[in-house]
Amino acid sequence: MAKNAHKRQVLKYAFARSTAQTALLLTLVALGAVVFFILVRGVPHVNMQLLFGNYGRYPSIKPALLGTLYLVVISVSIAAPLGIGSAIFLAEYTKSQSRFVRIIRIATETLAGIPSIVYGIFGYLVFVVALGLRYSLIGGGITLAIMILPVIVRSTEESLLAVPLTLREGSFALGSSKVRTIFSVVLPCAASGIVTSLILAVGRVMSESAVLILTIGMVVNKMPNNFASPGTSLALDVYYFGSHGYPEQAAATGVVLLVLVVVINILATILGNIFGKGELAHG
Amino acid sequence: MDKQFNITVRGCDLHYGDFHALKNINIDIEESEVTAFIGPSGCGKSTFIKTFNRMNDLIENCRITGEILIGGQDIYAKGTDVTLLRKNVGMVFQKPNPFPMSIYDNVAFAPRTFGIKKKGELDSIVEGSLRQAGLWDEAKDRLRKNAMGLSGGQQQRLCIARALAADPKILLMDEPTSALDPISTGIIEELINELKTSYTIVIVTHNMQQATRISDKTAFFLLGEIVEFGFTGNIFTNPSDKRTENYITGRFG
Amino acid sequence: MNQAYRFIKTRDAVMRGIFLLCAAFSVLALGCITLFLLANGLPFIGRVGLTNFFGTTWHLSSGAYGILSMFVASIYVAGLSTGMGVALGLFTAIALYKFCPKLAVPPIRQLINLLAAIPSVIYGLFGMIIIVPFLRDHVSPGGVGYGILAASLVLSIMILPTIVSISLDALNSVPRNYYEGALALGATSEQSVFRVMLPAAKSGVLAAIVLSMGRAVGETMAVIMVIGGSPVMPTSLFQSVRTMTANIAMGATELSGDSATALVATGAVLFVFALLLNVSFSMLSGGEERGKKRTQKTGA
Repeated sequence: MAKNAHKRQVLKYAFARSTAQTALLLTLVALGAVVFFILVRGVPHVNMQLLFGNYGRYPSIKPALLGTLYLVVISVSIAAPLGIGSAIFLAEYTKSQSRFVRIIRIATETLAGIPSIVYGIFGYLVFVVALGLRYSLIGGGITLAIMILPVIVRSTEESLLAVPLTLREGSFALGSSKVRTIFSVVLPCAASGIVTSLILAVGRVMSESAVLILTIGMVVNKMPNNFASPGTSLALDVYYFGSHGYPEQAAATGVVLLVLVVVINILATILGNIFGKGELAHG
Repeated sequence: MDKQFNITVRGCDLHYGDFHALKNINIDIEESEVTAFIGPSGCGKSTFIKTFNRMNDLIENCRITGEILIGGQDIYAKGTDVTLLRKNVGMVFQKPNPFPMSIYDNVAFAPRTFGIKKKGELDSIVEGSLRQAGLWDEAKDRLRKNAMGLSGGQQQRLCIARALAADPKILLMDEPTSALDPISTGIIEELINELKTSYTIVIVTHNMQQATRISDKTAFFLLGEIVEFGFTGNIFTNPSDKRTENYITGRFG
Repeated sequence: MNQAYRFIKTRDAVMRGIFLLCAAFSVLALGCITLFLLANGLPFIGRVGLTNFFGTTWHLSSGAYGILSMFVASIYVAGLSTGMGVALGLFTAIALYKFCPKLAVPPIRQLINLLAAIPSVIYGLFGMIIIVPFLRDHVSPGGVGYGILAASLVLSIMILPTIVSISLDALNSVPRNYYEGALALGATSEQSVFRVMLPAAKSGVLAAIVLSMGRAVGETMAVIMVIGGSPVMPTSLFQSVRTMTANIAMGATELSGDSATALVATGAVLFVFALLLNVSFSMLSGGEERGKKRTQKTGA
């Protein structure tokens, strides 16, 4: 009796094990299918007209490439100093869990959890309506900056905390001020981690789309003139083409976006691996 | 300015939050001597040495009362220039902590902090400090290489050179050889013997033989108090306190 | 006191102030977002009335702003996608934890991390050109591919990488001696993993569930491309419906007057929903953890 019960137990768990293995396989297949089908449908349609042609009878993503570049520049140049400064404050100046620090942490984490489309509404209310800028890349870029801020703060803070305390002590013991210690010792040691987080933030900006529908206007067929122009981005183009009867172009744009995002992420990983480990290893 | 750099401590108490880490410490440390602090782990000797360059400022909930005078000046007085204090009172840590930058930049760090920018001047400070630390011959061909490539003993000598480059008068050493192999330890002990002609040295050590080899005076710490302080020879051959005797004969610690 | 030191002290104080302002920006931004959404959304809800706003009819030209059907659709989509995603993702994490060749784990992890970075619009496009036609031709009884099932499938694939990596981290952080202890009691490797390690990793797994729920509720682009878009109460998995996020995005192109404000009010509801999920997430994942890490470092 007892022996049989034991056998049943063992069988049951062996079954659970194969379920897990099947799930792993299924996960890889599902995720692989996404990439595979986008490539299959899109690659044949990636051509010069699509990439760099003028938007006429055939669609082009030239305005989106420029728009995406604008958005990356605007949002990262705003979010990077704010995010790094904020992380420095959290990592270097706050010794205890004071109430103010807790509030900052909660705010940062809450910002990370707000859906993209809600940021879109916020951007719309502030930049399009309240400031009367109409749809503009600058409005979208600033909204995106707020979105990527938590990502930058969190990963920068982690890089800063990874710098051994002994290095800070060493610097203070030589008579350095706090500011000199931060800029000459802590930040250089954390540089690779910070750069990695900025690169990932760039990837994040390129991937966002919902926030932009409400802020930059999704003008797919005109080149933006400046920061204040309305515009489009690669991710928005994928949506626009897809829902306006150009599925092939949508897939082709998807391929471009996919390649860019993958390259950015690989770059970040490589950078993290090269600098991340060896340098700070203390004997 | 020919200032005095002796250390005088009167009635010093130190608390970490509720923990009373140092109790009514009184000691006089003379110039150009090597003073060793010995005692079991957690007896407060490392905590005490860090009060001389105010490294305890970095620790939260750390309260210090009493007087610590260097050259007759209370270093905890309001308006004390802490950066200048730390320039005059150099420190070498338990574990070598070179900055992950070049050997040159490590040594030039403190002079640059204090506004020396001319290359010629920096070059000579770097060379002088590395020579004093006995690292010049090993390092002169790789000054621009990352300091993390040095061995542990070399790293510790680099940290000594880095501290000397600030032109200190007092050198604090917090168990400087505890993370090193015996050969590197020997080199550093020799170095300390050479340096004591020009610097006041205070060294925390776990190793009693080391204290006898290098120090002129020794203070024995126990549970946050100085049990006994005097010439090293006397302390080790003829301790006046039973607890000191027990410790140096290895009955506890 | 001496001049140079005063300068250093002042510079330290000024820089501290600058860093503090940077840190305060997040609080300011969150405050602004809350203020703008609620100040615009709540009066609108008050004006059209709760029964109208939480009613079932959305018909702008006749002044009906009921978002109940969209709320229900959002819940369905989030629940279904999280259910499927968690089931698959959790088992995948378990397989990666113990039941797959050791050498294969790092590359698979890398790959899954990479897939986490794929833009949601690409998942949406995949749904639109592959999943929707497939459902329409082979699965759906009424020949409609769009709808809750399509959206849930797309989202469940999209949240897989997140679930897998958080669950795997949770499993990995369970002390190994639990596993060995179970083996020593005569349990098989499988029993140890499912009966000991998995329960021990419970809070991490729960956090993964809440996090992916939040992403599923908030996701817009991947959803609008496969959901259809009709503002009706869902009665079937294969039926064109509209989630709250889709409602905002679809109305976004023709914003004017009250209909614009109606979208803002929808956004306010979504915002509150996201806040609630966020709070439960931080309660689950324990805000203490980061603080603890820090004190250990300083104490060293």
